[in-house]
Amino acid sequence: MNTKTADRIATGVFYCIALIIIAILVSLFYYILVNGLKNISLDFLTTPSSNVRAGGGIRDQLFNSLYVLVITMVIAVPLGLGGGIYMAEYAKPGKITDTIRSCIEVLASLPSIVIGMFGLLMFVNLTGWGYTILGGALALTVFNLPVIVRVSEDAIRSVPRELKEASLALGITHWHTIKTVILPSAFPTILTGIILASGRVFGEAAALLFTAGLSTPRLDYANWNPFSATSPLNIFRPAETLAVHIWAVNTQGLIPDVEEVSSGAAAVLVLSVLIFNLLARWIGSLIHRKITATK
Amino acid sequence: MTFTTLTRNVFDIKDLNLWYGEHHALKNINFPIIKKEVTAMIGPSGCGKSTFVKTLNLMINYVSNVKMTGEINFNGHNILNEKLDLVELRKKVGMVFQKGNPFPQSIYDNVAYGPRIHGIKKKKHLDEIVTKSLMNVALWDEVKDRLHAPALGLSGGQQQRLCIARALATKPEVLLMDEPTSALDPISTLKIEELILELKEKYTIVIVTHNMQQASRVSDKTAFFLMGELIELDETSKIFSNPRDERTEGYITGRFG
Repeated sequence: MNTKTADRIATGVFYCIALIIIAILVSLFYYILVNGLKNISLDFLTTPSSNVRAGGGIRDQLFNSLYVLVITMVIAVPLGLGGGIYMAEYAKPGKITDTIRSCIEVLASLPSIVIGMFGLLMFVNLTGWGYTILGGALALTVFNLPVIVRVSEDAIRSVPRELKEASLALGITHWHTIKTVILPSAFPTILTGIILASGRVFGEAAALLFTAGLSTPRLDYANWNPFSATSPLNIFRPAETLAVHIWAVNTQGLIPDVEEVSSGAAAVLVLSVLIFNLLARWIGSLIHRKITATK
Repeated sequence: MTFTTLTRNVFDIKDLNLWYGEHHALKNINFPIIKKEVTAMIGPSGCGKSTFVKTLNLMINYVSNVKMTGEINFNGHNILNEKLDLVELRKKVGMVFQKGNPFPQSIYDNVAYGPRIHGIKKKKHLDEIVTKSLMNVALWDEVKDRLHAPALGLSGGQQQRLCIARALATKPEVLLMDEPTSALDPISTLKIEELILELKEKYTIVIVTHNMQQASRVSDKTAFFLMGELIELDETSKIFSNPRDERTEGYITGRFG
Protein backbone atom coordinates (compact mmCIF):
# COMPACT_ATOMS: atom_id res chain seq x y z
CA MET A 1 0.00 0.00 0.00
CA ASN A 2 1.50 3.32 -0.96
CA THR A 3 1.22 6.52 1.05
CA LYS A 4 -1.41 8.00 -1.26
CA THR A 5 -3.83 5.14 -0.64
CA ALA A 6 -3.09 5.30 3.07
CA ASP A 7 -3.86 9.01 3.00
CA ARG A 8 -7.13 8.38 1.20
CA ILE A 9 -8.14 5.69 3.66
CA ALA A 10 -7.28 7.90 6.63
CA THR A 11 -9.35 10.75 5.18
CA GLY A 12 -12.25 8.34 4.63
CA VAL A 13 -12.06 6.99 8.17
CA PHE A 14 -12.13 10.47 9.69
CA TYR A 15 -15.06 11.48 7.51
CA CYS A 16 -16.91 8.36 8.69
CA ILE A 17 -16.24 9.15 12.33
CA ALA A 18 -17.47 12.70 11.82
CA LEU A 19 -20.59 11.37 10.11
CA ILE A 20 -21.30 8.95 12.95
CA ILE A 21 -21.03 11.74 15.51
CA ILE A 22 -23.32 14.00 13.50
CA ALA A 23 -25.79 11.17 12.94
CA ILE A 24 -25.99 10.42 16.66
CA LEU A 25 -26.49 14.08 17.48
CA VAL A 26 -29.11 14.66 14.79
CA SER A 27 -31.12 11.54 15.62
CA LEU A 28 -31.03 12.39 19.32
CA PHE A 29 -32.28 15.90 18.66
CA TYR A 30 -34.83 14.62 16.19
CA TYR A 31 -36.18 12.06 18.66
CA ILE A 32 -36.37 14.52 21.55
CA LEU A 33 -37.86 17.35 19.52
CA VAL A 34 -40.38 15.27 17.52
CA ASN A 35 -41.64 13.65 20.68
CA GLY A 36 -41.40 16.75 22.79
CA LEU A 37 -42.36 19.75 20.68
CA LYS A 38 -45.97 18.65 20.26
CA ASN A 39 -46.33 18.68 24.05
CA ILE A 40 -44.90 22.15 24.49
CA SER A 41 -47.38 24.98 24.62
CA LEU A 42 -47.58 28.26 26.46
CA ASP A 43 -49.91 26.47 28.84
CA PHE A 44 -47.35 23.75 29.51
CA LEU A 45 -44.71 26.34 30.32
CA THR A 46 -46.90 28.48 32.54
CA THR A 47 -48.91 26.05 34.68
CA PRO A 48 -47.55 24.40 37.79
CA SER A 49 -47.04 20.67 37.74
CA SER A 50 -49.72 18.34 39.00
CA ASN A 51 -49.22 15.38 41.27
CA VAL A 52 -52.14 13.18 40.21
CA ARG A 53 -54.18 14.73 37.44
CA ALA A 54 -53.20 15.07 33.79
CA GLY A 55 -52.46 18.45 32.18
CA GLY A 56 -49.79 19.68 34.62
CA GLY A 57 -47.07 22.00 33.34
CA ILE A 58 -43.46 22.71 34.27
CA ARG A 59 -43.59 26.37 35.25
CA ASP A 60 -41.90 26.01 38.63
CA GLN A 61 -39.38 23.43 37.45
CA LEU A 62 -38.26 25.63 34.58
CA PHE A 63 -37.90 28.60 36.89
CA ASN A 64 -36.07 26.47 39.47
CA SER A 65 -33.61 25.21 36.89
CA LEU A 66 -32.77 28.72 35.77
CA TYR A 67 -32.58 30.02 39.31
CA VAL A 68 -30.34 27.19 40.53
CA LEU A 69 -28.12 27.82 37.51
CA VAL A 70 -27.82 31.52 38.30
CA ILE A 71 -27.07 30.93 41.98
CA THR A 72 -24.52 28.23 41.11
CA MET A 73 -22.75 30.48 38.65
CA VAL A 74 -22.76 33.41 41.06
CA ILE A 75 -20.80 31.20 43.45
CA ALA A 76 -18.76 29.10 41.02
CA VAL A 77 -17.56 31.68 38.47
CA PRO A 78 -15.72 34.03 40.85
CA LEU A 79 -14.19 31.09 42.71
CA GLY A 80 -13.26 29.23 39.54
CA LEU A 81 -11.87 32.30 37.83
CA GLY A 82 -9.88 33.16 40.94
CA GLY A 83 -8.53 29.63 41.05
CA GLY A 84 -7.61 29.78 37.38
CA ILE A 85 -5.82 33.10 37.80
CA TYR A 86 -3.94 31.71 40.78
CA MET A 87 -2.90 28.55 38.95
CA ALA A 88 -1.81 30.39 35.81
CA GLU A 89 -0.23 33.54 37.23
CA TYR A 90 0.74 33.09 40.86
CA ALA A 91 1.31 29.41 41.62
CA LYS A 92 5.02 28.61 41.62
CA PRO A 93 5.86 25.34 39.87
CA GLY A 94 6.51 22.68 42.49
CA LYS A 95 5.01 19.97 44.65
CA ILE A 96 2.22 22.07 46.15
CA THR A 97 1.00 23.25 42.77
CA ASP A 98 1.13 19.71 41.42
CA THR A 99 -0.91 18.50 44.38
CA ILE A 100 -3.49 21.21 43.85
CA ARG A 101 -3.68 20.32 40.19
CA SER A 102 -4.28 16.62 40.84
CA CYS A 103 -6.91 17.50 43.46
CA ILE A 104 -8.72 19.56 40.83
CA GLU A 105 -8.54 16.69 38.36
CA VAL A 106 -9.88 14.18 40.89
CA LEU A 107 -12.67 16.57 41.78
CA ALA A 108 -13.56 16.90 38.10
CA SER A 109 -13.92 13.16 37.69
CA LEU A 110 -16.10 12.49 40.74
CA PRO A 111 -19.47 10.96 39.83
CA SER A 112 -22.24 13.49 40.36
CA ILE A 113 -24.25 11.13 42.58
CA VAL A 114 -21.31 11.02 44.98
CA ILE A 115 -21.27 14.80 45.03
CA GLY A 116 -24.99 14.61 45.75
CA MET A 117 -24.33 12.41 48.77
CA PHE A 118 -21.57 14.75 49.93
CA GLY A 119 -24.00 17.64 49.49
CA LEU A 120 -26.58 15.82 51.60
CA LEU A 121 -24.08 15.47 54.43
CA MET A 122 -22.65 18.95 54.18
CA PHE A 123 -25.29 21.34 52.93
CA VAL A 124 -28.44 19.58 54.09
CA ASN A 125 -27.68 17.79 57.37
CA LEU A 126 -24.62 19.51 58.79
CA THR A 127 -25.96 23.00 58.13
CA GLY A 128 -29.47 21.98 59.12
CA TRP A 129 -30.94 23.81 56.13
CA GLY A 130 -32.85 20.83 54.80
CA TYR A 131 -33.38 20.67 51.03
CA THR A 132 -32.61 24.12 49.67
CA ILE A 133 -31.71 25.89 46.45
CA LEU A 134 -28.52 27.12 48.11
CA GLY A 135 -27.56 23.57 49.09
CA GLY A 136 -28.16 22.44 45.51
CA ALA A 137 -26.18 25.33 44.13
CA LEU A 138 -23.26 24.57 46.46
CA ALA A 139 -23.27 20.90 45.43
CA LEU A 140 -23.25 21.97 41.79
CA THR A 141 -20.42 24.39 42.55
CA VAL A 142 -18.32 21.50 43.85
CA PHE A 143 -19.19 19.69 40.66
CA ASN A 144 -18.31 22.60 38.34
CA LEU A 145 -15.50 24.39 40.05
CA PRO A 146 -12.75 22.15 38.63
CA VAL A 147 -14.01 22.68 35.09
CA ILE A 148 -14.05 26.45 35.43
CA VAL A 149 -10.65 26.53 37.14
CA ARG A 150 -9.16 24.42 34.39
CA VAL A 151 -10.70 26.39 31.55
CA SER A 152 -9.66 29.75 33.04
CA GLU A 153 -6.13 28.53 33.69
CA ASP A 154 -5.72 27.27 30.12
CA ALA A 155 -7.23 30.42 28.65
CA ILE A 156 -4.93 32.66 30.68
CA ARG A 157 -1.88 30.58 29.81
CA SER A 158 -2.61 30.87 26.11
CA VAL A 159 -2.47 34.68 26.16
CA PRO A 160 0.76 35.59 24.30
CA ARG A 161 3.66 36.26 26.64
CA GLU A 162 4.59 39.40 24.69
CA LEU A 163 1.39 41.14 25.71
CA LYS A 164 2.06 40.51 29.36
CA GLU A 165 5.67 41.68 29.02
CA ALA A 166 4.61 44.82 27.18
CA SER A 167 2.33 45.77 30.01
CA LEU A 168 4.79 44.95 32.79
CA ALA A 169 7.52 46.92 31.00
CA LEU A 170 5.28 49.99 31.08
CA GLY A 171 5.42 49.84 34.86
CA ILE A 172 1.97 48.33 35.20
CA THR A 173 1.61 46.08 38.25
CA HIS A 174 1.00 42.36 37.90
CA TRP A 175 -2.60 42.58 39.08
CA HIS A 176 -3.40 45.49 36.78
CA THR A 177 -1.83 43.61 33.89
CA ILE A 178 -4.03 40.62 34.64
CA LYS A 179 -7.09 42.84 34.83
CA THR A 180 -6.53 45.01 31.78
CA VAL A 181 -4.56 42.85 29.36
CA ILE A 182 -4.68 39.16 30.24
CA LEU A 183 -8.31 38.67 31.25
CA PRO A 184 -9.78 40.59 28.28
CA SER A 185 -7.66 38.49 25.89
CA ALA A 186 -8.64 35.27 27.63
CA PHE A 187 -12.27 36.25 27.96
CA PRO A 188 -13.79 34.48 24.90
CA THR A 189 -12.24 31.14 25.86
CA ILE A 190 -13.26 31.50 29.49
CA LEU A 191 -16.79 32.36 28.44
CA THR A 192 -17.05 29.26 26.25
CA GLY A 193 -15.91 27.16 29.20
CA ILE A 194 -18.48 28.73 31.47
CA ILE A 195 -21.24 28.08 28.93
CA LEU A 196 -20.29 24.43 28.69
CA ALA A 197 -20.30 24.23 32.48
CA SER A 198 -23.72 25.92 32.54
CA GLY A 199 -25.09 23.28 30.19
CA ARG A 200 -23.93 20.60 32.60
CA VAL A 201 -25.45 22.42 35.57
CA PHE A 202 -28.74 22.92 33.80
CA GLY A 203 -29.06 19.26 32.91
CA GLU A 204 -27.74 17.87 36.18
CA ALA A 205 -30.12 15.71 38.21
CA ALA A 206 -28.16 13.31 40.41
CA ALA A 207 -26.33 15.94 42.44
CA LEU A 208 -29.59 17.75 43.11
CA LEU A 209 -31.76 14.82 44.23
CA PHE A 210 -30.50 14.97 47.80
CA THR A 211 -29.64 18.65 47.99
CA ALA A 212 -32.35 20.75 46.33
CA GLY A 213 -34.98 18.07 46.78
CA LEU A 214 -37.87 16.66 44.80
CA SER A 215 -40.53 19.15 45.67
CA THR A 216 -41.34 22.80 45.23
CA PRO A 217 -43.52 24.75 47.63
CA ARG A 218 -46.50 26.65 46.29
CA LEU A 219 -44.90 29.70 44.71
CA ASP A 220 -46.30 33.16 44.37
CA TYR A 221 -44.49 34.88 41.50
CA ALA A 222 -45.75 38.26 42.62
CA ASN A 223 -43.88 37.87 45.88
CA TRP A 224 -40.39 39.22 45.35
CA ASN A 225 -39.32 39.18 48.97
CA PRO A 226 -36.42 36.68 48.97
CA PHE A 227 -37.02 35.85 52.65
CA SER A 228 -40.64 34.85 52.24
CA ALA A 229 -41.40 31.11 52.12
CA THR A 230 -43.60 31.39 49.05
CA SER A 231 -41.27 33.65 47.09
CA PRO A 232 -39.64 32.03 44.07
CA LEU A 233 -36.47 33.99 44.91
CA ASN A 234 -36.07 32.43 48.37
CA ILE A 235 -32.83 30.45 48.29
CA PHE A 236 -33.73 28.50 51.42
CA ARG A 237 -36.66 26.65 49.88
CA PRO A 238 -36.61 23.23 48.26
CA ALA A 239 -36.68 23.28 44.46
CA GLU A 240 -37.25 20.51 41.98
CA THR A 241 -35.45 21.34 38.75
CA LEU A 242 -36.44 20.32 35.24
CA ALA A 243 -33.95 17.49 35.00
CA VAL A 244 -34.96 16.16 38.42
CA HIS A 245 -38.62 16.47 37.40
CA ILE A 246 -38.05 14.32 34.32
CA TRP A 247 -36.45 11.68 36.49
CA ALA A 248 -39.18 11.95 39.14
CA VAL A 249 -42.23 11.67 36.88
CA ASN A 250 -40.66 8.74 35.10
CA THR A 251 -39.81 6.78 38.22
CA GLN A 252 -42.51 7.69 40.69
CA GLY A 253 -45.05 9.80 38.84
CA LEU A 254 -48.74 9.12 39.47
CA ILE A 255 -50.01 11.32 36.66
CA PRO A 256 -51.55 9.60 33.63
CA ASP A 257 -49.66 11.78 31.14
CA VAL A 258 -46.11 10.86 32.28
CA GLU A 259 -45.03 10.30 28.69
CA GLU A 260 -46.19 13.72 27.48
CA VAL A 261 -44.83 15.65 30.45
CA SER A 262 -41.43 14.02 30.41
CA SER A 263 -40.90 14.30 26.67
CA GLY A 264 -42.09 17.90 26.69
CA ALA A 265 -39.80 18.70 29.61
CA ALA A 266 -36.90 16.97 27.87
CA ALA A 267 -37.41 19.10 24.77
CA VAL A 268 -37.56 22.27 26.85
CA LEU A 269 -34.34 21.26 28.58
CA VAL A 270 -32.48 20.62 25.34
CA LEU A 271 -33.77 23.79 23.71
CA SER A 272 -32.86 25.88 26.73
CA VAL A 273 -29.29 24.63 26.69
CA LEU A 274 -29.14 25.35 22.96
CA ILE A 275 -30.46 28.87 23.46
CA PHE A 276 -27.90 29.55 26.21
CA ASN A 277 -25.10 28.44 23.99
CA LEU A 278 -26.12 30.64 21.11
CA LEU A 279 -26.91 33.60 23.31
CA ALA A 280 -23.71 33.41 25.31
CA ARG A 281 -21.63 33.03 22.18
CA TRP A 282 -23.26 36.07 20.67
CA ILE A 283 -22.81 38.15 23.81
CA GLY A 284 -19.23 36.92 24.08
CA SER A 285 -18.28 38.03 20.60
CA LEU A 286 -20.04 41.33 21.18
CA ILE A 287 -18.01 42.03 24.32
CA HIS A 288 -14.82 40.81 22.68
CA ARG A 289 -15.36 43.17 19.76
CA LYS A 290 -15.99 46.03 22.13
CA ILE A 291 -12.78 45.37 24.07
CA THR A 292 -10.52 44.75 21.11
CA ALA A 293 -12.08 47.44 18.93
CA THR A 294 -12.34 45.03 15.99
CA LYS A 295 -15.19 45.36 13.57
CA MET B 1 34.78 66.94 37.54
CA THR B 2 33.49 63.76 39.14
CA PHE B 3 30.21 65.52 39.70
CA THR B 4 29.68 66.21 35.99
CA THR B 5 30.57 62.68 34.98
CA LEU B 6 28.07 61.38 37.53
CA THR B 7 25.21 63.45 36.20
CA ARG B 8 26.01 62.58 32.61
CA ASN B 9 25.62 58.90 33.34
CA VAL B 10 22.02 57.77 33.43
CA PHE B 11 23.10 54.24 34.22
CA ASP B 12 26.29 53.16 35.83
CA ILE B 13 26.74 49.44 35.96
CA LYS B 14 29.50 48.06 38.16
CA ASP B 15 30.77 44.47 38.36
CA LEU B 16 27.48 43.03 37.24
CA ASN B 17 27.34 39.24 37.23
CA LEU B 18 24.29 37.24 36.28
CA TRP B 19 23.55 33.53 36.38
CA TYR B 20 20.70 31.57 34.86
CA GLY B 21 20.83 28.63 37.23
CA GLU B 22 24.41 27.37 36.74
CA HIS B 23 25.00 29.25 33.53
CA HIS B 24 27.11 32.37 34.03
CA ALA B 25 25.44 34.65 31.49
CA LEU B 26 27.00 38.04 32.32
CA LYS B 27 30.54 38.30 33.61
CA ASN B 28 31.82 41.35 35.47
CA ILE B 29 30.16 43.97 33.34
CA ASN B 30 31.18 47.57 33.91
CA PHE B 31 29.14 49.86 31.75
CA PRO B 32 28.30 53.56 31.91
CA ILE B 33 25.36 54.71 29.81
CA ILE B 34 25.50 58.37 28.99
CA LYS B 35 22.54 60.70 28.87
CA LYS B 36 20.99 61.44 25.47
CA GLU B 37 23.26 59.09 23.63
CA VAL B 38 22.40 56.05 21.61
CA THR B 39 24.26 53.00 22.84
CA ALA B 40 24.18 49.96 20.58
CA MET B 41 24.81 46.40 21.78
CA ILE B 42 26.21 43.99 19.25
CA GLY B 43 27.45 40.44 19.44
CA PRO B 44 26.50 36.94 18.34
CA SER B 45 23.31 35.23 19.58
CA GLY B 46 23.52 34.15 23.19
CA CYS B 47 26.31 36.59 24.05
CA GLY B 48 24.26 38.24 26.78
CA LYS B 49 23.37 41.52 25.13
CA SER B 50 19.59 41.02 25.45
CA THR B 51 20.01 39.74 28.99
CA PHE B 52 21.99 42.86 29.83
CA VAL B 53 19.30 45.15 28.45
CA LYS B 54 16.63 43.29 30.41
CA THR B 55 18.47 43.93 33.66
CA LEU B 56 18.18 47.69 33.15
CA ASN B 57 14.42 47.70 33.80
CA LEU B 58 14.53 44.49 35.84
CA MET B 59 12.35 42.63 33.34
CA ILE B 60 14.90 39.91 34.04
CA ASN B 61 13.07 39.28 37.31
CA TYR B 62 10.39 37.37 35.40
CA VAL B 63 12.87 34.75 34.23
CA SER B 64 13.00 31.97 36.78
CA ASN B 65 16.19 31.03 38.56
CA VAL B 66 18.14 34.23 37.94
CA LYS B 67 20.84 35.42 40.34
CA MET B 68 22.61 38.77 40.11
CA THR B 69 25.48 40.42 41.95
CA GLY B 70 27.04 43.86 41.49
CA GLU B 71 25.49 47.26 41.05
CA ILE B 72 23.13 48.79 38.54
CA ASN B 73 23.01 52.47 39.40
CA PHE B 74 20.16 54.36 37.81
CA ASN B 75 20.42 58.11 38.47
CA GLY B 76 22.56 57.30 41.46
CA HIS B 77 20.35 54.60 42.97
CA ASN B 78 21.41 50.98 42.92
CA ILE B 79 18.29 49.24 41.61
CA LEU B 80 19.59 45.83 42.67
CA ASN B 81 19.95 46.71 46.32
CA GLU B 82 17.57 49.48 47.16
CA LYS B 83 14.02 48.59 47.80
CA LEU B 84 12.67 50.39 44.83
CA ASP B 85 9.36 50.85 43.18
CA LEU B 86 9.34 48.80 39.98
CA VAL B 87 6.49 50.96 38.73
CA GLU B 88 8.60 54.12 39.05
CA LEU B 89 11.64 52.48 37.46
CA ARG B 90 9.71 51.22 34.46
CA LYS B 91 7.94 54.53 33.97
CA LYS B 92 11.39 56.06 33.57
CA VAL B 93 12.95 53.19 31.63
CA GLY B 94 10.65 52.25 28.76
CA MET B 95 11.10 49.18 26.60
CA VAL B 96 10.40 48.25 23.00
CA PHE B 97 10.44 44.58 22.10
CA GLN B 98 11.64 42.52 19.17
CA LYS B 99 8.23 42.11 17.64
CA GLY B 100 5.61 44.83 17.77
CA ASN B 101 3.26 43.73 20.51
CA PRO B 102 0.32 46.12 20.60
CA PHE B 103 -2.55 45.17 22.88
CA PRO B 104 -5.67 43.91 21.11
CA GLN B 105 -7.31 47.28 21.65
CA SER B 106 -7.71 50.47 19.66
CA ILE B 107 -4.72 52.59 18.61
CA TYR B 108 -5.76 55.29 21.05
CA ASP B 109 -6.17 52.89 23.96
CA ASN B 110 -2.77 51.37 23.31
CA VAL B 111 -1.00 54.70 23.68
CA ALA B 112 -3.23 55.86 26.53
CA TYR B 113 -2.82 52.57 28.41
CA GLY B 114 0.22 53.49 30.50
CA PRO B 115 -0.75 57.08 31.41
CA ARG B 116 -4.32 55.99 32.17
CA ILE B 117 -3.25 53.35 34.66
CA HIS B 118 -0.64 55.67 36.11
CA GLY B 119 -3.49 57.96 37.06
CA ILE B 120 -4.24 60.38 34.24
CA LYS B 121 -8.00 60.45 33.91
CA LYS B 122 -8.87 63.69 32.10
CA LYS B 123 -9.74 63.04 28.50
CA LYS B 124 -8.18 66.26 27.32
CA HIS B 125 -4.89 65.45 28.97
CA LEU B 126 -4.92 61.90 27.56
CA ASP B 127 -5.76 63.20 24.08
CA GLU B 128 -2.78 65.49 24.33
CA ILE B 129 -0.42 62.68 25.37
CA VAL B 130 -1.70 60.36 22.64
CA THR B 131 -1.35 63.01 19.95
CA LYS B 132 2.10 64.00 21.07
CA SER B 133 3.37 60.44 21.41
CA LEU B 134 2.04 59.49 17.98
CA MET B 135 3.59 62.61 16.47
CA ASN B 136 6.90 61.75 18.14
CA VAL B 137 7.00 58.45 16.28
CA ALA B 138 5.76 59.99 13.01
CA LEU B 139 2.64 57.87 13.06
CA TRP B 140 0.13 60.64 13.68
CA ASP B 141 -0.56 61.47 10.01
CA GLU B 142 -1.08 57.83 9.16
CA VAL B 143 -3.56 57.07 11.95
CA LYS B 144 -5.18 60.34 13.00
CA ASP B 145 -8.41 59.46 11.20
CA ARG B 146 -8.70 56.03 12.76
CA LEU B 147 -7.53 56.38 16.33
CA HIS B 148 -10.29 54.10 17.49
CA ALA B 149 -9.59 51.36 14.97
CA PRO B 150 -7.91 48.17 16.22
CA ALA B 151 -4.15 48.44 16.59
CA LEU B 152 -3.72 44.96 15.17
CA GLY B 153 -4.96 46.26 11.80
CA LEU B 154 -1.76 48.29 11.37
CA SER B 155 1.23 47.06 9.35
CA GLY B 156 4.23 45.54 11.13
CA GLY B 157 6.27 48.74 10.92
CA GLN B 158 3.35 50.84 12.12
CA GLN B 159 2.74 48.45 15.00
CA GLN B 160 6.35 48.77 16.09
CA ARG B 161 6.16 52.56 15.95
CA LEU B 162 2.91 52.39 17.91
CA CYS B 163 4.73 50.36 20.56
CA ILE B 164 7.42 53.03 20.72
CA ALA B 165 4.70 55.66 21.10
CA ARG B 166 3.15 53.57 23.86
CA ALA B 167 6.49 53.47 25.67
CA LEU B 168 6.98 57.24 25.19
CA ALA B 169 3.56 58.00 26.60
CA THR B 170 4.70 57.29 30.15
CA LYS B 171 7.42 59.97 29.69
CA PRO B 172 10.53 57.83 30.17
CA GLU B 173 14.10 59.06 30.34
CA VAL B 174 15.57 55.94 28.83
CA LEU B 175 14.27 53.78 26.02
CA LEU B 176 15.48 50.19 25.77
CA MET B 177 15.06 48.60 22.35
CA ASP B 178 15.58 44.87 22.01
CA GLU B 179 16.18 44.25 18.29
CA PRO B 180 13.32 46.58 17.36
CA THR B 181 13.66 46.10 13.61
CA SER B 182 14.49 42.41 13.32
CA ALA B 183 10.94 41.57 12.19
CA LEU B 184 10.56 44.52 9.81
CA ASP B 185 11.11 45.16 6.12
CA PRO B 186 13.92 47.56 5.01
CA ILE B 187 11.66 50.59 4.56
CA SER B 188 10.06 50.23 7.99
CA THR B 189 13.52 49.64 9.43
CA LEU B 190 14.74 52.87 7.89
CA LYS B 191 11.81 54.75 9.43
CA ILE B 192 12.56 53.36 12.88
CA GLU B 193 16.22 54.30 12.48
CA GLU B 194 15.33 57.86 11.51
CA LEU B 195 13.08 57.90 14.53
CA ILE B 196 15.89 56.80 16.83
CA LEU B 197 18.05 59.67 15.60
CA GLU B 198 15.24 62.12 16.37
CA LEU B 199 14.38 60.62 19.75
CA LYS B 200 18.02 60.95 20.78
CA GLU B 201 17.42 64.66 21.28
CA LYS B 202 15.24 63.93 24.28
CA TYR B 203 15.87 60.37 25.36
CA THR B 204 18.72 58.07 26.24
CA ILE B 205 18.49 55.03 24.01
CA VAL B 206 19.93 51.56 24.40
CA ILE B 207 19.47 49.37 21.35
CA VAL B 208 20.29 45.70 20.85
CA THR B 209 20.87 44.86 17.23
CA HIS B 210 22.11 42.05 15.04
CA ASN B 211 22.60 44.43 12.21
CA MET B 212 26.02 46.05 12.31
CA GLN B 213 25.18 48.65 9.69
CA GLN B 214 22.30 49.65 11.91
CA ALA B 215 24.59 50.04 14.90
CA SER B 216 26.97 52.20 12.89
CA ARG B 217 24.13 54.30 11.47
CA VAL B 218 22.27 55.13 14.66
CA SER B 219 24.56 54.87 17.66
CA ASP B 220 27.09 57.08 19.40
CA LYS B 221 28.59 54.27 21.43
CA THR B 222 28.83 50.62 20.56
CA ALA B 223 29.38 47.75 22.94
CA PHE B 224 30.55 44.35 21.77
CA PHE B 225 29.53 41.36 23.88
CA LEU B 226 30.90 37.84 23.59
CA MET B 227 30.05 34.84 25.77
CA GLY B 228 28.73 37.02 28.57
CA GLU B 229 31.68 39.39 28.59
CA LEU B 230 31.78 43.01 27.56
CA ILE B 231 34.74 42.89 25.20
CA GLU B 232 34.77 46.48 24.07
CA LEU B 233 32.79 49.65 24.60
CA ASP B 234 33.75 52.76 22.70
CA GLU B 235 32.72 55.45 20.26
CA THR B 236 30.88 53.79 17.42
CA SER B 237 33.21 55.30 14.81
CA LYS B 238 36.17 53.88 16.65
CA ILE B 239 34.69 50.40 17.07
CA PHE B 240 33.96 50.15 13.38
CA SER B 241 37.18 51.70 12.09
CA ASN B 242 39.79 50.83 14.61
CA PRO B 243 38.73 48.37 17.31
CA ARG B 244 41.14 47.67 20.13
CA ASP B 245 40.30 44.00 20.52
CA GLU B 246 40.90 41.55 17.71
CA ARG B 247 37.71 39.63 18.61
CA THR B 248 35.71 42.79 17.95
CA GLU B 249 37.44 43.20 14.65
CA GLY B 250 36.78 39.55 13.81
CA TYR B 251 33.09 39.97 14.52
CA ILE B 252 32.49 43.23 12.68
CA THR B 253 34.41 42.08 9.64
CA GLY B 254 32.24 38.97 9.56
CA ARG B 255 34.86 36.37 10.40
CA PHE B 256 32.55 34.81 13.01
CA GLY B 257 29.17 35.31 14.69
